[in-house]
Amino acid sequence: MPPDAVTKTPGGPMKAWRDLPADSPVRAFAIVIAVCVVCSVLVSSAAVVLAPIQHENALKVRKRQILQAAGLLVRGRDVVEQFAQMTPRMVSLDTGEYVEAGDPVDFDVARVSRDPQSSSAVPAESDIAKIRRRPAAMPVYLVEHAGQVETIVLPVHGYGLWSTLYGFLALDGDGSTVKGISFYQHGETPGLGAEIDNPRWQAKWTGKQALAGDGAVLLQIVKGEPRGEDVAHQVDGLAGATLTARGVENLVRYWLGEQGFGPYLSRLRATKGEQPDES
Amino acid sequence: MKAESKKALFEPIVDNNPVILQVLGICSALAVTSRLLPSLIMSLALTAVSALACMAISMVRKAVPGNVRIIVQMTIIASLVILVDQVLRAYLPEVSRQLSVFVGLIITNCIVLGRAEAFSMKNGPWLSFLDGLGHGLGYSAILIIVATVRELLGTGSLLGLQLLPLKSAGGWYEPNGLLVLAPSAFFLVAAVIWAVRAWKPAQNEKPEFQIRVVHRTEVS
Repeated sequence: MPPDAVTKTPGGPMKAWRDLPADSPVRAFAIVIAVCVVCSVLVSSAAVVLAPIQHENALKVRKRQILQAAGLLVRGRDVVEQFAQMTPRMVSLDTGEYVEAGDPVDFDVARVSRDPQSSSAVPAESDIAKIRRRPAAMPVYLVEHAGQVETIVLPVHGYGLWSTLYGFLALDGDGSTVKGISFYQHGETPGLGAEIDNPRWQAKWTGKQALAGDGAVLLQIVKGEPRGEDVAHQVDGLAGATLTARGVENLVRYWLGEQGFGPYLSRLRATKGEQPDES
Repeated sequence: MKAESKKALFEPIVDNNPVILQVLGICSALAVTSRLLPSLIMSLALTAVSALACMAISMVRKAVPGNVRIIVQMTIIASLVILVDQVLRAYLPEVSRQLSVFVGLIITNCIVLGRAEAFSMKNGPWLSFLDGLGHGLGYSAILIIVATVRELLGTGSLLGLQLLPLKSAGGWYEPNGLLVLAPSAFFLVAAVIWAVRAWKPAQNEKPEFQIRVVHRTEVS
């Protein structure tokens, strides 16, 4: 340690250092600063050296979430290998066409939304999901089989009661039937709003018809088990979590609507699930 | 010297265990022990931090003025904790997520700071390293005992491996739901304290108050 070495070397400034009284403030400051410098070099070099591995882990977690949302996750098998069956693409929200806009897997929606270059403000009257800013292009993750799209996983987010909910909505290749919904980040009340993570509630979404033939969003969250003719479009809400459930409804309606993936989904429907144009 | 190092290393495991005799580090012992794997990783993290921090603090002990020693100790401990946390995030992301804040809370773990202040400030680096290591191992021993019981009886599995077939999956074992909850760790720590003190009565504390019959003759 430098201070120890210092006290053993004779002469010059070292002598002045040794002559300082043990409780002098100069000495205390010097020691504390020396310790802090050594510690911060240690901590920051560890952070820099390990950052790429940590980033890779974060991507692995993202891939697992996407697979889970698509209902394809097999436990005990390598996630990266399983993810190879998915085709990640970027979609322009305005035109609904595929675009090249960065890596669709390594996509941080919160960061992109802050960037004025790649996002735009959402007009208040149409901002039902309360996201304020919307990226120009969003990723979609496709499962294709013999040229046909079987599953589309859409990243969705919006405000619940306390927090922004981030999740994935999986649709069938027809671009309308819900396959599943799941959230990977939220701060809702445990036991109430956080019940959106409950697999039994999520299972109620499967098979619902989200869109009408003209692309209008039909999906609704209602109180009580849905009955009658709208049963195909309605999902039972969460008891004790009306506002969170409303947030989920709003974000789903937003992202399936004209402002969200609506244009993309109508293009997909127009081509009957075959891959539209190649960009 | 040899006997001294042995004492520094092994005494904290049973005879002077930080959790059951000194009753330190209880908070994380309750929080992370519902599963064995996170408990093992937490034990490893705390042992590494405690051993290295005690050694580093002992190395600078003569240079550090008495009035800033705690802050210097905290800086060293905190840096090592961040280091361990970063390594866990890089190589064991799943476990790191399960442990969440508890790795970071090693900074405030009384065992580490307590040993730094009580032992490392007075002893050489090698002995302090052994002392830190011993206390880490003492903490680990309790964590592993508590976690083994909680995971095995609470969920019927150990390290995620289903050992007792659950009733809900067609087996015979009805899991004990209480053991999944944090308070059960209190009961188990108490049971371990009881067992160890029955084995080593020297650890029994003297009662602080003795109820005594006052004879009439003593009151004058």
